[in-house]
Amino acid sequence: MTRRTNRIAALLLGAGLGFVAFGVAQAADKTILIGMQCDRTGPTQVVGTKLCPGTHDYIDLVNSQGGVDGWKIDAEEVDNAYKVPPAIEEYEHAKQQGAVGIMIFGTPQTEALNQRLEQDKIPGTSPGFGIAASADGKYYPYLFPIAANYWSQGAAAIKFASDQLGGSLKGKKIAYIFYDNPAGHEPLPIIQALAKTQEFELQTFAVPPPGVDVSSQVLAIAQQYRPDFVIDHTFGKSPALIIKALKENGYPLNKVVALVWASGEADITDAGGWDVAQGYNTMQFAGAGENYPIIKAIQDMYKKRGEAPPAAMQATVYYNRGVEQGAVWVAAIRNALKLSHGQKPTPTQVKDGFEMIHNFTLGGLMPPLTVTAADHEGGGWVRIFQVKGDHLDAVTPWYRAYRNMVVDKEDKTAEQMAAKSN
Amino acid sequence: MFHSETGVFKTSYAADMALFPLPVARWTIAGLTLLFVLVVPLVFSPYLMTLLNLVLIAVVGALGLDILVGYTGLISIGEGGFMSVGAYTAANLVVRMGLPFWVAIPAGGLMAALIGIIVGIPSLRIKGLYLAIATLASQFIIEWLINHVTWISGGIEASIQVPPPEVFGHKLVMPQQLYFFLLFFAVLAIVATLNLKRSRIGRAFIAIRDQDIAAEIIGINIFRYKLYAFAISSFYAGIAGVLYTYYLGIANYEQFGIDVSIDYLVMIIIGGLGSVLGAVFGAAFITLLPEATRLFLTNFGGEFLSQDTIRRLVPNSTLILFGTLIIFFLIVEPEGLNRLWRNVRNYFRTWPFSY
Repeated sequence: MTRRTNRIAALLLGAGLGFVAFGVAQAADKTILIGMQCDRTGPTQVVGTKLCPGTHDYIDLVNSQGGVDGWKIDAEEVDNAYKVPPAIEEYEHAKQQGAVGIMIFGTPQTEALNQRLEQDKIPGTSPGFGIAASADGKYYPYLFPIAANYWSQGAAAIKFASDQLGGSLKGKKIAYIFYDNPAGHEPLPIIQALAKTQEFELQTFAVPPPGVDVSSQVLAIAQQYRPDFVIDHTFGKSPALIIKALKENGYPLNKVVALVWASGEADITDAGGWDVAQGYNTMQFAGAGENYPIIKAIQDMYKKRGEAPPAAMQATVYYNRGVEQGAVWVAAIRNALKLSHGQKPTPTQVKDGFEMIHNFTLGGLMPPLTVTAADHEGGGWVRIFQVKGDHLDAVTPWYRAYRNMVVDKEDKTAEQMAAKSN
Repeated sequence: MFHSETGVFKTSYAADMALFPLPVARWTIAGLTLLFVLVVPLVFSPYLMTLLNLVLIAVVGALGLDILVGYTGLISIGEGGFMSVGAYTAANLVVRMGLPFWVAIPAGGLMAALIGIIVGIPSLRIKGLYLAIATLASQFIIEWLINHVTWISGGIEASIQVPPPEVFGHKLVMPQQLYFFLLFFAVLAIVATLNLKRSRIGRAFIAIRDQDIAAEIIGINIFRYKLYAFAISSFYAGIAGVLYTYYLGIANYEQFGIDVSIDYLVMIIIGGLGSVLGAVFGAAFITLLPEATRLFLTNFGGEFLSQDTIRRLVPNSTLILFGTLIIFFLIVEPEGLNRLWRNVRNYFRTWPFSY
């Protein structure tokens, strides 16, 4: 017994030392490295298992076409399982290997890395999550949300409701059902402010974590409050349960709009299929569906290799967001290479590269993204896609709403947070 | 801590109580001091320092939980909650009142201890699984309060940004600087736990763990000592929370969720319950395991697997490894890594003349 355990112990010890020793960088020429965090396990894995392949496929496509001005892009992926310590380990590892930036995943992870990005002068992206105030590039110079934050999403949802209800919300009732965590609370200030200016009545319904029971909230909405419109800002399993419960209680799903993380195909299929979810409105910051030239190009790349496209591609909502993430990074690096005259760009040049992105649409998959030194959100564009038949159909053009109010809120909060931490 | 010897006959209480009964122990400590204070900071890259820093924070938290679970035998799944109490207390003191770290860190610990005492009250009447559920409830109550009371959480995303700690006017920001900061508290926690174990309080904890009725009969005030255990354990957890907050520059309760509480339980179980060295081993092991698996698979896996497979395999293999290891230790070596280490040590002590 002792001898056996001894041997096991020696093995474990040796293996442990061996692993650590292999953390040493593998140098490669003409390669630009980006650190990439994913959540293929953990509570948000439904997103990561679809989004990350999208990013990799876009980068593979660029590399297969000769890279960016001859430079190959390498996205070193690490699963952070939506935990903070792995996110920090990965960031430091990527930094040591000379990464020009980091794709973050997760709001707590974004908050934990924010100060490091600024201190190390390395750009990071947090598409559709993270710190809403970081849209303000003046106070968050190295953090790029590059997609509509929760404030823009909240404002856009109100605008959509208003358009659906005949152009005015005066005297109307709106229900806001949200996941009871900081991210769930985030759009509230904007929606509450709009309730005053647009003169509608607002009632909030919290879904406590882990969000696997929504029946009482939905009952209160559908049977008692009977609102004119519902805004759904939940995550994980909740959106599917809410769709199902609203349907069962006879609430019309075309009077529901979901913010971006309650808008995946998985939410619809988990709710009982496309038939159940007819009319459900989903908000997107990257287009849903397969009818985009870039998706076709990726399919062709797989065909050329003689492989079948990945299953993740079928979940177009998250996959396309992954493609968008990859595309924005490649665009930033392309701009950075102009600044560095073909030399390997520094992280700061990539940061400047982000701020040079102008009207970047990726053939319609993305809104006209324009990032400036002041606006790291890229305009705050969203588009509503409705469940029709067995696919998501665009029912609005790319739009944004109450922009002055949102930008004002971003600036004020960023200023307030900057003042606090000094 | 590393050595104990048979055949040593002590003739005084002082000798019996000595922290390092053998001369070789002193040399080991001197060697380790040299290693961690001089060699490691010079040799390690910032990345390896980051890993080590996270281990040091985990050591403080794991020691705290070990006092409660390993020494006193009271199961707690509320470690993360106590960590966030410490974190938010310190963050509020630092940001609102501008207090330095040497006030904020003990204050965070004390506040966590106070909450720990309140949570510990049911432990007088309930044990085992019931107590575990009570501590689980405390975890959720603390999370809920922080999420909903903006006075605590600062209002914006329930997170408070904290400036880096300052020592003699120097801001500690680089991994090397933070390393010494964290090493100081980790060593303090280790020494304090070693001493606690040898004290009246520590012995009372062990008596309660082994048989609480017997402990009561020999004159130990069970209620008081159980609350002591909760207070001391939560104090450590609070300190770990504050250290984590300083390390990240932000207090955020989502970083101290139920999964963190479970990770800490796994640390002390794999390390070996009721041993200081075990908690240290466990903290290092659990913190480094995911990173080690990843580096192993990404460096060697490329030979026979495609990139896409590796990407899908890595995160899941960590989880599989985690589960397998817990089962492995529970079946094969319930006394954990600490026992493995002792076996190796005992083997080599008589080597090559083992009998």
